[in-house]
Amino acid sequence: MLADGLIRAPMSHIVRLIVQRVSLGVLLLVAVSVLIFAGTQILPGDVAQAILGQSATPESLANLREQLGLNDPAFIRYFRWLGGVVTGDLGTAMSSGQDIATSIKGRLWNTLFLAFWAAVVAVPLAIILGLIAVRYRNGWVDKLISGLALASTSFPEFFIGYVLVYFFAVKYQIFPGISTVYDGMPFGERMQAIMLPAAALTLVVLAHMMRMTRAAILNVMQSAYVETAELKGLSAFAVIRRHAFPNAIAPIINVVMLNLAYLIVGVVVVEVIFVYPGMGQYLVDHVTKRDVPVVQAVGLIFAAVYISLNIIADIAAIVANPRLGHPK
Amino acid sequence: MADQRAKSVLLDIRNLRIEATVFPPGEPPKNIVLVHDVSLTLEKGKVLGLIGESGAGKSTIGLSSMGYGRGGVRITGGEVILNGRDILKGGKEGFRKLRGREVCYVAQSAAAAFNPAHRLMDQVVEATLLHGTATRAAAEKRAVALFKKLSLPNPESIGERFPHQVSGGQLQRVMTAMALCSEPDLIVFDEPTTALDVTTQIDVLAAIKDAIRDTHVAALYITHDLAVVAQVSDEIMVLRHGRLVEWGGTRQIIKEPRQEYTNALVSVHEIEHQEQKPGTTPFLSVKNITAAYGRSHIKVLKNVSVDIYPGQTLAVVGESGSGKSTLARAVTGLLPPEQGTVTFDGRPLANRLADRPKEDLRQLQMIYQMADVAMNPRQTVGTTIGRPLEFYFGLRGRQRDARVAELLDKIEMGKGFVDRYPAELSGGQKQRVCIARSLAAKPKLIICDEVTSALDPLVAHGILKLLLELQKEENVAYLFITHDLATVKSIADSIAVMYRGEVVRYGAKSQVLAPPFDDYTDLLLSSVPEMEIGWLEKAIKGRRMASAGN
Repeated sequence: MLADGLIRAPMSHIVRLIVQRVSLGVLLLVAVSVLIFAGTQILPGDVAQAILGQSATPESLANLREQLGLNDPAFIRYFRWLGGVVTGDLGTAMSSGQDIATSIKGRLWNTLFLAFWAAVVAVPLAIILGLIAVRYRNGWVDKLISGLALASTSFPEFFIGYVLVYFFAVKYQIFPGISTVYDGMPFGERMQAIMLPAAALTLVVLAHMMRMTRAAILNVMQSAYVETAELKGLSAFAVIRRHAFPNAIAPIINVVMLNLAYLIVGVVVVEVIFVYPGMGQYLVDHVTKRDVPVVQAVGLIFAAVYISLNIIADIAAIVANPRLGHPK
Repeated sequence: MADQRAKSVLLDIRNLRIEATVFPPGEPPKNIVLVHDVSLTLEKGKVLGLIGESGAGKSTIGLSSMGYGRGGVRITGGEVILNGRDILKGGKEGFRKLRGREVCYVAQSAAAAFNPAHRLMDQVVEATLLHGTATRAAAEKRAVALFKKLSLPNPESIGERFPHQVSGGQLQRVMTAMALCSEPDLIVFDEPTTALDVTTQIDVLAAIKDAIRDTHVAALYITHDLAVVAQVSDEIMVLRHGRLVEWGGTRQIIKEPRQEYTNALVSVHEIEHQEQKPGTTPFLSVKNITAAYGRSHIKVLKNVSVDIYPGQTLAVVGESGSGKSTLARAVTGLLPPEQGTVTFDGRPLANRLADRPKEDLRQLQMIYQMADVAMNPRQTVGTTIGRPLEFYFGLRGRQRDARVAELLDKIEMGKGFVDRYPAELSGGQKQRVCIARSLAAKPKLIICDEVTSALDPLVAHGILKLLLELQKEENVAYLFITHDLATVKSIADSIAVMYRGEVVRYGAKSQVLAPPFDDYTDLLLSSVPEMEIGWLEKAIKGRRMASAGN
């Protein structure tokens, strides 16, 4: 019984912290939904007018407003919208009259597919490059890695995208320059199609993660326990891997999660360049059409992605901290 | 004979020269020499104490036996011969093979030297496994045996713990076990007990000494505390500014020092201060104060009452966590007490700092342990001292400058320092500037929180003398917080001994330091190392007898 209690006590502590983070995240998401809703309300223009156009008669406008419930107070409309979102009904796109949830599903999956493969390459590569940079810190290897990473970040995405297209699609014709994907496309072809946008995304997020990894580990390298490890005769790499890296994990996870979020919500430009049917392009299309329900829905999904990835980072940091897992 | 000695020599350092590159602000980088032409020999199984003040090069020399230099430190001359070969010729690969195998290191702060992410056992056996001298099972068995030898609690299971789950004194012993685990020929102990409380230090010291004797390992024992090194070393080497001052047997160094500097180190504790009789009325009374941090139920101060008389010193002494600094925070209003009052000149002071009028703030000033973080690095000495003059007295221009010069004179530094920045001052000078800053307000009371703890003994000695002189001139009272009983003896008029938030003994210095003692004060007093060979054994024996008597 006693042993049981001893094992459970620290676990429940961690569980409590995690529950706390998750509920804070939900709260934050609700607050964001209020902001998104309020923002679209403040924007000038009228949904009924937008649907019916300039030539609509005042009667038909009034009728449509009544139909759409636009005359109800804002908070009732907000809760109606929120209730829909919670039950999976994101509303109807004004421009096409299609159900938003159905159109988003396929596109969200496409975006996640692209982001996933970009992350699979970028995250380990960034961390390994960071470790190598620390190992040879202030030497030419470090400077080369930092310099290249910085250069790839400094170029805007569209520039990198077009350079990739020029070399790999136009000149050598290894990969397609337009990344069209469709339902039921074979996996191999799909991978080939996303190769260039994934490469562009990797180059964009690589430097940030690599430099933060380097900085976080270098910060830990000042610690007395790193000196202890060196004085045990451990090789430079073993010191970094076994003693520095585990203590730098929290900041590294944080920056990785930030970049994963960027891969999902920040791909707008890359998706447009490669004509990739993902969330970003969908958003851009409907912003130009001033399709407010779609913008609201996409905004909310992006916010949810951002918040949940940051919660995951927080939770990972909590789990990685031995002080929380093994209290006194 | 000579041949035999040569055979038993483990470490032979010849004409060692160590340099580093420093980057002074606003100047081109320059080379400085940290160690000039130092030679030493250490026989197998012997202990050599390296002693000196900060900057003496003792850690640098100790680490050179492992081919290691902190930061940009480089060995630029001489030979380091370990087990008959010059390790400086072995290159990086050679260093890695000897570190953790032939030579191990015990750091000053074990709490910082253990990796917080790994269990203790994994760290203790790491070097042994790395060098492949034993299997994991054998290494762990040896570690458990060492934990037992070092009298750690639960030796079988303590290795399963993480560093934060073990106390500082225990960690220091685990670190010693870690060094002994790979059965090295030499251990470098770098101030292994300096960060510990006196009552903990004595146990760790005894454990280290026993372990050295039983395992026949040789040791370089680095410390600034002669009384400590006298307990464990066979020989002592005194260093100053990277040069050898004196090298001899332990008895000779502490009983018949040949060099003036050694003599100064040996006699540093002696300041004569005649206790003053308390006046009729205290100007500041702390009555039944109880305090806690946040909404915690753990009381850091429990029902504490003390009085301070004009122009006198109340020393508050205790170990870390005894609540002595919290008492200072309660008196200054930084931590409003939950119960109790502080009266000043017969009227109660507001509990919260924000509610106190400027005049009350002026009367209570503070000096801190870390002078360098207590000063704005971007303000000159003149600005630092001049600020309270402007703030409290509205002094400007020439009047202010004249008073700054006067204060600089009082702290024996002179006008030349007005335009200096803190980075250009030594540790002792910084603390003097902090003293001048607090005096500038012409307070009735200065709270001194461990003001000499971060300083070298000789510098600390100078600061204490200055404080006593200033007390006579300015008739200022001190609330002197310290863990160091020697300091208390030299400066106090009355003493409060604190333990776990309570005042366990309180009265005039002559009463508090005279028997009969309560248990805690007795333990505290008997734990202060004395500069006498064999003191440690006597103290430990006395303690065992005391606990047997209970």
